[in-house]
Amino acid sequence: MILSGRPPRGRTLQALVIAVTLALALAPFLFPGVKPLNVAAKVCVYALLGASYDLLLGYAGMVSFAHVMFFGVGSYGVGLALYGLGPSWGAVALGLAAGLAVSTLLALAIGLFSLRVQAIFFTMVTLAVSYAFNVLASQLDWLTGGEDGRSFRVPEILQPGFRLIDREAFGVALGGRQVSYYLVLVGCVVVFLALLRIVNSPFGRVLEAIRENPFRAEALGYRIVFHRTLATCLAAAGATFAGALNALWLRYVGPDTALAGSIQIATLVVVVIGGMGTLYGAILGAALFVVAQNYLQTLLGAVSTAAGDAGLPLLPGLFHPDRWLLWLGLLFILAVYFAPAGLVGALSREDDTTP
Amino acid sequence: MSLDDFGAALPRPKPDFVPALTPLVVALVVAPFIGSASSFVTLTAAGLAMGMMIFTMASGLTLVFGMMDVLNFGHGAFISLGAYVATLVLLPLAHWAQVDSWPLDLALLALALAAAVVVCGLFGLIFERLVVVPVYGQHLKQILATIGGSIVAEQLLYALFGPDQIALAPPASFRGAFVLGDAAIEKYRVVATVVGLVVFVGLTLALNRTRIGLLIRAGVQDREMVEALGYRIDRLFVGVFMAGASLAGVGGVLWALYREQVHASMGGELLVLCFIVIIVGGLGSVGGCFISAILVGLIDNYAGFLAPKLAIVANILLMVVVLLWRPRGLYPVGGR
Amino acid sequence: MTARLALAGVHTHIGSYHILQGVDFDAPAGATTMLLGRNGAGKTTCLRTIMGLWRPSRGTIALGEATLSGLPASAIARAGVAYVPETMAVFADLTVRENLMLAAREGPLDERRLDWIFGFFPTLKRFWLSRAGSLSGGQKQMVSIARAIVEPRRLLLIDEPTKGLAPAIVGGLIDCLNEIKRLGATMVVVEQNFRVAREVGDFVRVMDNGRIVHAGPMAEFVADEALQARLIGLSLDSHQ
Repeated sequence: MILSGRPPRGRTLQALVIAVTLALALAPFLFPGVKPLNVAAKVCVYALLGASYDLLLGYAGMVSFAHVMFFGVGSYGVGLALYGLGPSWGAVALGLAAGLAVSTLLALAIGLFSLRVQAIFFTMVTLAVSYAFNVLASQLDWLTGGEDGRSFRVPEILQPGFRLIDREAFGVALGGRQVSYYLVLVGCVVVFLALLRIVNSPFGRVLEAIRENPFRAEALGYRIVFHRTLATCLAAAGATFAGALNALWLRYVGPDTALAGSIQIATLVVVVIGGMGTLYGAILGAALFVVAQNYLQTLLGAVSTAAGDAGLPLLPGLFHPDRWLLWLGLLFILAVYFAPAGLVGALSREDDTTP
Repeated sequence: MSLDDFGAALPRPKPDFVPALTPLVVALVVAPFIGSASSFVTLTAAGLAMGMMIFTMASGLTLVFGMMDVLNFGHGAFISLGAYVATLVLLPLAHWAQVDSWPLDLALLALALAAAVVVCGLFGLIFERLVVVPVYGQHLKQILATIGGSIVAEQLLYALFGPDQIALAPPASFRGAFVLGDAAIEKYRVVATVVGLVVFVGLTLALNRTRIGLLIRAGVQDREMVEALGYRIDRLFVGVFMAGASLAGVGGVLWALYREQVHASMGGELLVLCFIVIIVGGLGSVGGCFISAILVGLIDNYAGFLAPKLAIVANILLMVVVLLWRPRGLYPVGGR
Repeated sequence: MTARLALAGVHTHIGSYHILQGVDFDAPAGATTMLLGRNGAGKTTCLRTIMGLWRPSRGTIALGEATLSGLPASAIARAGVAYVPETMAVFADLTVRENLMLAAREGPLDERRLDWIFGFFPTLKRFWLSRAGSLSGGQKQMVSIARAIVEPRRLLLIDEPTKGLAPAIVGGLIDCLNEIKRLGATMVVVEQNFRVAREVGDFVRVMDNGRIVHAGPMAEFVADEALQARLIGLSLDSHQ
């Protein structure tokens, strides 16, 4: 595959990655309607969020809790710029640039500060900083709109009422939603390819060498703190892009959509279930996760009601649709134990003969 | 001449007192900004109480990490569990808690604490066996597994106890305040401080005066050598893990009565403070954990008074400053 | 209570590295066997594998009738094996007394045995209540050795005991090792200092590239300078 020294291995895997990518590329035509397009956009955003997280988790072997914070910085950057400056592309660019700057600086500070002493501090420090950022975002309501967040207008071409062409193409009216979707998709693809380029560069190899054996890598002359901090910054930038695109898609930014702890958990789940250290895994993981989130809840609701009708104790609570994270968490633990290479690992093993 | 007397004439190396004085320094520096002396006393008492509660929660975490390099993200769930256990014990006995009687109310508190110790210790054992052991020694997997464990545990609490906050009023005699001149010190804060101090003294004695404690201290420094001396460090670790979970539960009970409400998300939020405390104190050091918990409690209350929105930011700044001063925390444990 | 240590076809992997590549080795009962070899030959890995701190991937290790290979380090220690690592691994935040208390598994410290130990290392008595971490390197070495002999053990594994020690202390150490041997313990000692090796060793085993390349009595090895030069060459000369 393009830009990659290591394409996905195994026919099933290749077929699956291509199928998901094609489905996303043609989503407005394959699945017309509001909800499917929302699902598709969410898959794109989570794929990018997961892929940028994989740079840290899979390649550098670092667990960060701040990824959602960088996602939030991107969301708030674009959202607040559009809210304050009105709907213009200039505002989008300014918001994105500001978001990237803030994210990179924060990542740099976290990396330099926590990795300097003990790598284990990194995870704890990201958790603390990200928590503090959450508190700030909800408390500084003059800026962020607090818990309510901010709804804002996007440039005209992205607005739902906008008509790109008057007649329908393949039976679908092409309007601002479709344009927005393709903006999200193209943005995600471009940044994803950039990440692919990074992990397959010498820098990516050094990250893996450090993950495998930090002492050896240091003895070979690689500066561990520098490489890990750079990885943190790059991952943060990726998450910031994802956040910015998500805000444009939602035309809203608030704690629930930009900073919620569940987004961090979702990112972890996407990467681990998709397969750490592969980047492609994030695409599959995101597709599986978003679909599961949408349909698992319905399924759980049905089970819960059935259990409630049958008068069984406890089960209605365990299968309540709001408890979907419980089942995802169990799946996550099982994936960590039994399939650390995730879907990608399972599928590449299936027919390992393909080069 | 008994064995203890050898070398008694030799000057022993001076203990490092400077970090232990930092809470005092912080209090003195902040005092002029608070304005009134009575507010300062109230805030300081509140900070000490909070510090003692956080210490109780974090002490197990720092030992568990120090011994086995296990950073347990599921620790917060034990805090929440302890809080729910308090509701299970105290809500049915609410009519007793109405009676304004110190012995009765202290007995109720002791009952709730004992229940939390037992229940959380038991769940600690289950958590250790199911979540930590299968990935033992694999650092990344172990962090991920405990994160997964914390998600599942929190969701189970929601499923068992419902998604809503549960109100939990402290027993009658703990309500109200002691008045010292102009300053009011809430009675419950004094109770919480005393319980925290008892935990600290008990833990210190156990670590310094018992053979098991000696083994734990040795294990924190070099677990391999403890093994090579013939001790089953894995068994020791299970015990420490269970004790850590029990202590988290005790902290959860205290915190629930302090905030007068219980919610499954509280453990996760307190875990953030616990992490700051164990980093600042020095990973694996119980004494450091004690000092840094007081620092965090004081700063949280002072900052909450001076700039209400910046309390958590102030504690992150504390972490930054301490680590710039002492990169391994206030009381780094030898050998790590 | 003397017992012979025997390794047969022991392989040890550390991560992706294949360090021990089939070690066949015996240490006769009640004697001191010196394990010599260049840096990186696998001597420390060999001791750690016997101690159970690395699991052998193949082969058997036996002490007398008991099979050690496959047991966890704690069980190997309880089978009567004591280990003095190259890093000494004293518990820095514990006092000398506490370090020895932990090593005495069977019960309280035996004052007569302690006096015997203080006979070799009088400084330990002076620093009895000091933090082990505050001691000098040589003193830490004494703590580490004292820990290994605070109760009688069947097999002692000692890794470079004289490394970085002042000559005056080395004398006491040699006396100590010979005295322990007289009491019936089997010893395996890794030593770079050939003079020390000659004085305490009854047998010699030379390792290279994860295998034993020579085994024989020390007297024979001392007599054959060509053999010494071939097997251990410059690495020993530089330490004399």
